Amino acid sequence: MNVSAEWKWTDHVGRILCRISGFRMRYSVQPGLYAVGSPGSGSDVFVSANYKLSFDILRAALKGLDAWVLVLDTKGINVWCAAGKGTFGTDELIRRISEAALERVVSHTRVIVPQLGAPGVSASAVQRATGFRVHYGPVEARDIREYLAAGRNATQRMRRVRFGLFDRLVLIPMELFPAIKIYPLYSLLILVVMALGLPLQAASLRGAATEAVPLLVMGIAAIAAGAIAVPLLLPVLPFRSFALKGWLAGIVAAFFTATGMGIGYSNDALLFIMAMLFFPAASSYIALQFTGATTFTGPSGVRKELRYAMPVYAVAGVISLALLVVFKLERLGIL
Amino acid sequence: MKYLSNVASLRFFTDNCTGCGRCVEVCPHAVFEIVAGKARVVDMDGCMECGACAVNCAFGALKVNAGVGCASAIISGAMRGSAPTCGCGNDNKGACC
Repeated sequence: MNVSAEWKWTDHVGRILCRISGFRMRYSVQPGLYAVGSPGSGSDVFVSANYKLSFDILRAALKGLDAWVLVLDTKGINVWCAAGKGTFGTDELIRRISEAALERVVSHTRVIVPQLGAPGVSASAVQRATGFRVHYGPVEARDIREYLAAGRNATQRMRRVRFGLFDRLVLIPMELFPAIKIYPLYSLLILVVMALGLPLQAASLRGAATEAVPLLVMGIAAIAAGAIAVPLLLPVLPFRSFALKGWLAGIVAAFFTATGMGIGYSNDALLFIMAMLFFPAASSYIALQFTGATTFTGPSGVRKELRYAMPVYAVAGVISLALLVVFKLERLGIL
Repeated sequence: MKYLSNVASLRFFTDNCTGCGRCVEVCPHAVFEIVAGKARVVDMDGCMECGACAVNCAFGALKVNAGVGCASAIISGAMRGSAPTCGCGNDNKGACC
């Protein structure tokens, strides 16, 4: 099947939708062998995933070249994540090579697999089963031309995965949305606590809502600290731990938001302590979720962080709620 | 950028190493170098336990408890009492990686 190296406007729209929504879960191409340009029996074979964005980035990088693209069935998941799950893997690669009868399509025995596919692919097993030798190409498709020019040699720079400002920027929407989804529930909880003991009348409920406003604003600040500030400022925030990075961004955000709205230790001690306890913990938890999107966090480290952080979050949550109720009871003149 | 130090589960068995260089080729964080015909771990804290080196070492010189370094995957795995799962590509509709 022939495929163009050029992107149409629909490809650009698709790329944006992938970055901001669950659309990415349905953005796939048919697995199998594709031709870019007019490849022949001597042309290189590039292996890719059937996540359309992965496939699109590869075919765009092959512009002007004649090459084969062998698309594996990774259930629409990108190369690196699929390799971690094993769907971009040894067995699938072997199956696709034999299904495409690759030995009859090309006269050489090379397949170029993206380096980030390596966690799922045993090069030696593929060679034993198919005769094709796996060459690991560069991490980024945009380096392919240079890689080929160097005689299929990747420089050390091409072998390293980076996590620059732009890489982190595009990930922010998908960090933000899950956090925002919890926000209505949080708002409801705050409103209910603030309405405790009040008669069910419009006037008193309006009063409760007014009282809730600072906490609702601080909730937004906490989400922004964890889901926007942490990804953006990742390299400059102190500590290696994401929980600590998030807590630090969170306490700064919480302190300034509280102060800005006139909540201080001297005038509103209970509410202030509650805010300094709860919101940084929330930011910390949200920041910890970002470990799933980074290019350098491993499971042992995340497990260690969770072991320490989860009990702290639970305690902070329970104490915060208790403080808020006490604050409310004091306001009602019961305590 | 580096993650927590002294947590990576990577183990290297020098005796099995033939110095073929596959680990250097597949590692995305330059954890290995070939020195005098054998691999050497030069940046243990750089290891993110992706498992690429161990899967591609044909001589059994590398072992690592590979997996996803993703908090929500590990939390949801713990809650279900199963292995860490990030939901994408399964029946689950999560949209993470």
